[in-house]
Amino acid sequence: MREIEASAITEAVANLAVEATHFLPEDVEGAIRDARETERSPLGVQIIDEILENAEIARERMLPLCQDTGTAVVHVELGQDVHVTGGYLIDAINEGIERGYGEGYLRKSIVSSPFSDRKNTGTNAPGVIHTEIVPGDAIHIGFMPKGGGCENMSRYQNFLPGAGREAVIDFVCETVDLSGGNPCPPLVIGVGVGGTAEKAMTMAKHSLFRAIGERNPDTEVATLEGDLLEAVNALGVGPQAVGGSTTALDVFVETYATHITALPVAVNVQCHSARTKHAVL
Amino acid sequence: MAESKAITLPLTDEAIAGLRIGDHVEFSGVMYGARDAAHKRLIALADAGEELPLDLRGQVLYYVGPTPPRPGRVIGSAGPTTAMRLDPYTPRMLELGVKGIIGKGGRGPAVREAIKASHAVYCIAVGGTGALLNRHIKNVEVVAFEDLGTEAIRRLEIDRFPAIVVNDAHGDDLLEAGKAEYRTSARPIPATGGLSG
Repeated sequence: MREIEASAITEAVANLAVEATHFLPEDVEGAIRDARETERSPLGVQIIDEILENAEIARERMLPLCQDTGTAVVHVELGQDVHVTGGYLIDAINEGIERGYGEGYLRKSIVSSPFSDRKNTGTNAPGVIHTEIVPGDAIHIGFMPKGGGCENMSRYQNFLPGAGREAVIDFVCETVDLSGGNPCPPLVIGVGVGGTAEKAMTMAKHSLFRAIGERNPDTEVATLEGDLLEAVNALGVGPQAVGGSTTALDVFVETYATHITALPVAVNVQCHSARTKHAVL
Repeated sequence: MAESKAITLPLTDEAIAGLRIGDHVEFSGVMYGARDAAHKRLIALADAGEELPLDLRGQVLYYVGPTPPRPGRVIGSAGPTTAMRLDPYTPRMLELGVKGIIGKGGRGPAVREAIKASHAVYCIAVGGTGALLNRHIKNVEVVAFEDLGTEAIRRLEIDRFPAIVVNDAHGDDLLEAGKAEYRTSARPIPATGGLSG
């Protein structure tokens, strides 16, 4: 049994919050740079240039990439041979969020009581925290500051069990068409297929932690990912929905066994500022 | 790359008439930052017949909720928020005299109609470029609803602030036109006005 101090988790989360909101991941920036070469719309190219310049300014002047520094989505893989000491894991993570958003001059966008007084908690805590028990004696923390504009475009639908991959492609394309410029294209699109309603959406979200270009190890699913990317980029939505050939940078699909009556499909949309950062303790 | 049109704020009717969808514009002058909560309050005041904390006539609104500034800076990251969320308030704001709006994403049919009828213009700034847009905001003053924090109304002095015309006073819509131009998919375009949020 390995012991890890709760305070070390707090510190790691605080650092992740600041780094994730200021430094665009290299794979994302690279994919945007590549898109500049293939984008057919001149206005689309101009938008891509502004996005690339923004990443440079954010890095050099320590300004958040986007003013929406998001809901703090934290995915924790806790090794079953780890004992967290000196505090409760979830409290440690929320303290890290408070510290990172406070000391990092990040926007606090979280309100309590969602349907009544919607009072801002003032700290951006609580985060949305997913925990998974895995083999080993390490803690892996994935941090995703998830913007409201793209998160609000998430959709779920259950299809007839025999509807097949065409239903998935139709649903993803319809979602992208309907969301237009709201989620800030070019997008990264997470898709969860199978399981139950909450399992499908969790898979869709979790897939967004992948690096751009990283395919599902299952070749059938990987082929679907490629077909989805092509179908989405044929829609003509384009950067910021002004029209163009770059609507998505990538599409990730995760699948899980499901019930004989069901074909659950969840779509979780990510903006071009596809901010994620990882730490291992 | 297309050339940018330099426009000084507040907008004149002539300047509005000259703006067409797809134009890249650089705005200089003064605009006001306001989003959901501020819109709700302004309209409640107007409906109650009370005086507004600022004169909206001829003004440009920017849908923004910035990050807090680091010491020595006037504002933090300051990109646009989703405009469609403000759709329920926009026709009334146009009635109150607003002539220009900057946000991100498209507008619903009622707002497009109201923009044309009011001889106004809707532009987008590039969503997710709050660090770049920060450099075009030279001075900031909270002018109303300070208690709303990031949602307070701010007077923003801007210099060459980049934007793209999406809905012009002639009734055209860039997002519709752009999608039609670049669509290679055989899929029919869904009929509804988009997802809210």
